[in-house]
Amino acid sequence: MYLLSKIRETILCLKAGRVTLPYPVNPRPVPERFRGRPLFHPDKCIGCAGCANNCPAREILIADQCQEMRVVMYLGRRCTYCGRCADLCPEKAITMSHEYENATPKIADIRQDLEIWMGTCQRCGRCFKNAGPLDQLMMKGYRFDDLSAELWVYRSRAYLDKEPVVKDIDIELG
Amino acid sequence: MLKEFLKKYFRRSLWVYHCNSGGCNGCDIEVVNVLTPYYDVERFGIKLVGSPRHADVMLCQGPAGRATASALKRAYEAVPEPKLVFAVGSCASGGGIWHDTYSIIGPIEKVIPVHFYIPGCPPRPEAIIYGVALALGLVEKKAVPMEYHPVKLPIVRYHPEDIHFQNGWPVYDRLEKI
Repeated sequence: MYLLSKIRETILCLKAGRVTLPYPVNPRPVPERFRGRPLFHPDKCIGCAGCANNCPAREILIADQCQEMRVVMYLGRRCTYCGRCADLCPEKAITMSHEYENATPKIADIRQDLEIWMGTCQRCGRCFKNAGPLDQLMMKGYRFDDLSAELWVYRSRAYLDKEPVVKDIDIELG
Repeated sequence: MLKEFLKKYFRRSLWVYHCNSGGCNGCDIEVVNVLTPYYDVERFGIKLVGSPRHADVMLCQGPAGRATASALKRAYEAVPEPKLVFAVGSCASGGGIWHDTYSIIGPIEKVIPVHFYIPGCPPRPEAIIYGVALALGLVEKKAVPMEYHPVKLPIVRYHPEDIHFQNGWPVYDRLEKI
């Protein structure tokens, strides 16, 4: 009886086959919804600092270097990959990647520094989100209404006039 | 320099001591998961030992708490030279999500020197294997710091050379990216 149970155990063990994954040699894919290291897309980021305000680990730092430049620094040391920054980013500039092999001898290797050019608030002079073309249409400020014809001209400032309305800059357009 | 040190002193099997100084037990479970037949690390000669005096490597989980910092330091001193310290998880490498509470000093690097960091909350078992394999020189390091510095100012008036004309109106191409 004892021998029989041992033989059965052996057969069961042989049935299982080899289960060990050849991990460090072959790459191992992660599940589809796995959240790895967040990656910041510098072209999409508008510098609204929503990620920094909502990071539970306080790992995203924002500093305004001057009136037009804002530095976004992701340190990632104690990041728990919760995905809240990617969830609330209005421009979807943060994606939770599938990178999990982040082991490093230097902790500064997993940080990400972005320098983002911002608009300047015309009232207070601080960094402000750059106005898109639609916002520029809505923007109150310099207006170009036709006074002689009594017409309300409503147009974008998304281009540069050949003759600037404000005579503060003179550039040659070729 | 670290690589030469590792090649000289850690050529053979690593015996691992696993030390939790106030973590949530999540990283411990992942470390135990590494020892299962699925991620069989004993094929690299890595073995879990119960006492720091037998160990070459400390796998530290959890932040350095106010109460556990002295015990962590004593455990580190008990490991014979040469020794390696791995900070497993975001608590050990950065202080964790409660890094600024009264009972926590911060990351374990404030108490003991750390040689390798494995961030993650918890790190996948593969990430822990990757970290140890990185120390053994089996794999290449993948993490690189990302920096983005715009060379050109994305302001129209600074770049008249980028403007071309369409129907008599100047069009600025790079405006879409702003």
